[in-house]
Amino acid sequence: MTIEISRRSLLASGGTLAVFVALPGASALAATLPFGSPTKPALTPEQLASYVAIHADGSATTYFGKMDMGQGTDIGIAQMVAEELDLAVERVAVVMDDTDLTVDQGGASGSTGIQKGGVTLRSAAAEARRALVAMAAAHLGMPVEDLDVENGVVASRSAPQKKVSYGELIGGRYFNVVLDWNGKYGNDLFVSGKAKPKTPDRYKVIGTSVPRRDVAPKVLGTAEYVVDVKLPGMLHARTIKPPKAGAEPTAVDTASIAAIPGAKIVWQKAFLAVVAPKEWDAIRAAAALKVTWTDPPPAFPGNASLYDHIRQAKPIAKKTEAEIGNVDATFAGAARIIEATYEWPFQSHASMAPACAVADVRADGVTLWTGSQKAHHAQAGVAALLGVPREKVHAIWIFGPGSYGRNDAGDAAMDAALISKAMGAPVRVQGMRHEGHAWDPKGPASIHTVRAALDKDDKVLALDFVSKGFSRLDVDNNESDPAQTLAGQFIGLPLHPVQAFNVPEESYGFAARRKGWETIAPFLDRGSPLRSSHLRDPVGPQIHYASESFIDELAHETGSDAAAFRLRYLTDARDHAVIKAATERSNWQPRVSPAKPTGAEIMSGRGIAYSQRNGTRVAIVSEVEVNRTTGAVWAKRFTVAHDCGQIINPGLLRRTIEGNIVQGVSRALHEEVLFDTANVTSVDWLSYPILDIKEAPEAIDIVLIDHPEIAPSGAGEPSIRPLMAAIANAIFDATGVRMRQAPFTPERLKAGFA
Amino acid sequence: MLQAIEMNVDGTMHRIEADPDMPLLYALRDDLGLANPRFGCGLAQCGACTVLLDGQPVRSCATPVSAIGASKIVTLNGIGTPDKPHKVQAAFIAEEVPQCGYCLNGWVLSTVALLDETPHPSDQEIREALSGLKCRCGTHVSILRAVKRAAAA
Repeated sequence: MTIEISRRSLLASGGTLAVFVALPGASALAATLPFGSPTKPALTPEQLASYVAIHADGSATTYFGKMDMGQGTDIGIAQMVAEELDLAVERVAVVMDDTDLTVDQGGASGSTGIQKGGVTLRSAAAEARRALVAMAAAHLGMPVEDLDVENGVVASRSAPQKKVSYGELIGGRYFNVVLDWNGKYGNDLFVSGKAKPKTPDRYKVIGTSVPRRDVAPKVLGTAEYVVDVKLPGMLHARTIKPPKAGAEPTAVDTASIAAIPGAKIVWQKAFLAVVAPKEWDAIRAAAALKVTWTDPPPAFPGNASLYDHIRQAKPIAKKTEAEIGNVDATFAGAARIIEATYEWPFQSHASMAPACAVADVRADGVTLWTGSQKAHHAQAGVAALLGVPREKVHAIWIFGPGSYGRNDAGDAAMDAALISKAMGAPVRVQGMRHEGHAWDPKGPASIHTVRAALDKDDKVLALDFVSKGFSRLDVDNNESDPAQTLAGQFIGLPLHPVQAFNVPEESYGFAARRKGWETIAPFLDRGSPLRSSHLRDPVGPQIHYASESFIDELAHETGSDAAAFRLRYLTDARDHAVIKAATERSNWQPRVSPAKPTGAEIMSGRGIAYSQRNGTRVAIVSEVEVNRTTGAVWAKRFTVAHDCGQIINPGLLRRTIEGNIVQGVSRALHEEVLFDTANVTSVDWLSYPILDIKEAPEAIDIVLIDHPEIAPSGAGEPSIRPLMAAIANAIFDATGVRMRQAPFTPERLKAGFA
Repeated sequence: MLQAIEMNVDGTMHRIEADPDMPLLYALRDDLGLANPRFGCGLAQCGACTVLLDGQPVRSCATPVSAIGASKIVTLNGIGTPDKPHKVQAAFIAEEVPQCGYCLNGWVLSTVALLDETPHPSDQEIREALSGLKCRCGTHVSILRAVKRAAAA
């Protein structure tokens, strides 16, 4: 009876049968094949089938509830899963952030793709291997202890002719194994089974530079991006943003677009959009539409008054995150106090394209294509916006322009859903350039005040660090609550801002330490082009720009070499190791900054900075050239020592670090959101320049420190963190001018020379 | 007022009816259904919409479709195939240049044009030739490596 059922199920999947009859001695054991379940268990976090599937050909797919924006996280995932399955990495496919196919692992968030998402899938894959070997033991009639796996074939060590492939065991069917789930969704979701992941001494593919799979399709022009999604009957949409922040439409002249074929208006409170069957017509309609707007009082002080505003504003939240020793008493008794203040502007994600999304809102369900970092959150947001159950929304992540945090992709997702519902048709919405620059959520502006108390021998006794600025979560880092998106704010949903900032992450062992922050109210609480949220390494670059510039100031004030000063006070061995690696590789010559002036037109200098980020340590030596006449800085050369614990893929890690460095140079030297009293005025690549290839560094020399024995930590953001200070410190070394306001533009340099 | 316009794109002739002021970008994407080039800025400031017009890189977002005339248009997708990638594509693949890849039309096609004119450019010449193109992921140093690799191929 059992045999008959098995045969029938085998006949139903012809491929499996063909492989099966080729098996040595298979007929006697047919009763046990195939294993698993013919139907997929519900997509829940505790089901192994939610993470790993084995196909009839013995290949596997892993389901990753995060995404990759081109740093190769998916390849790292494939390597971690392949390693545990003992399957060739080429045979492991990775499905990313599709709400019908992946559990909610939080999307791209906090450089946790490998650190948390990968570690979870590794754990699931280890259990999958255990289950597969148990199936093989039953099938082969051999004990588990006698079985080895090589590239997806389980074989007996004592009787090598006894073997069976993963495909034969369960191919095309589904694991029916329940895992221990920690009850959490998002980044912290973790599952485990009976199996423990491999120890590093048994690794075959971890630590090798497996190439990415998305590179060739992107370079050949065959990859499909969110902007390329086309649906029958799809309308193109453009939203219309207020010319003055806070203004709302009071009248819309439909006659002004009457001549444009098929152009229609979608208007709900302050949300205004036009649609047309052809994209160019939607663009023309958006430009032609005559709108009468309210004239609210100016929301902004203008960027020239930004730091005065921050200094004078009353904090609406404050927090001391860490306090060790008696800070105030130490300062009261200090022989010498050194204090400095550093200022950081609003910065834009400035993605390569303004965000795009495609939504198809139907009575029986909603489909959303999004380049958002967090498709599961976009699913929740669209469901809440439209008032439908979450499971009725299928959100599909697809390549978009890089996002670098909470950019405008989440806003576009809500725009598309709102307009599709209003029109009763599928809608593709994309912003125009000014929307990408002026209307994305911004990295917050801030002022950082740092004080140190020194004794008579110039020993640092205490350090007091406080940031004051706009919250990093005026709008949330995801769009699961539509009130956190522009569309939700324009239609009047109740606001839910969160007050949050961060403090420096380092291991300086000063006897007394205090680290805290204060946040101030946004200029405009609803629908603001200056609403603040997460931009790559949220508030990390500005905080560590201040903290590591200040350490450099202390080294200078105490007559110390900047690297030696850090080594003197740092307490963590891995911190020491990255600083030593960076200085040795860059041939750092100990001396006190600044360098001796040469009188030359081009002034050269070097600087160092370091930081931690959630376990990862980075030290950077920056070498710069500053033109005395023009004030232009060329960040010529970097040496980066990087320790993120276990390295999964060194080749992709290097490129990820290179991207961090170049984007960081851009933010350090050029990037500053400009605004007048009415609106943001940096609206394109001319008014918000980023690093040109003419200014690209000559070399980025990377020293990877591998710790196979330490769990992998993140790499997507940590190396941008100490970069600003490394450059500022090098500028000081070259010129004697301390950059206390970013970005380090020629104008600021020249002001410093004067 | 729609106008009949003929275009040679990647070796195939197409005929569309379009507003003559419409940028070429929308003819390629919307009328011809091509998936690249892409809109980046609409201001000729970034290069994401680049195509080759008789071998010269132009910004299709700011080129009226009526200005094409008899020029041959070649897109990123038209310079090579998976089996026979253009040497510039092969170099960009070997160096694993793109992260998000949204900007690639500009970098790859401008490099094709550069190497046609200057087969062995210096580092300085490469930087000058590609200046103005945008890459937000910061793959600049990979791009420089890839261009040098393509020049050496």
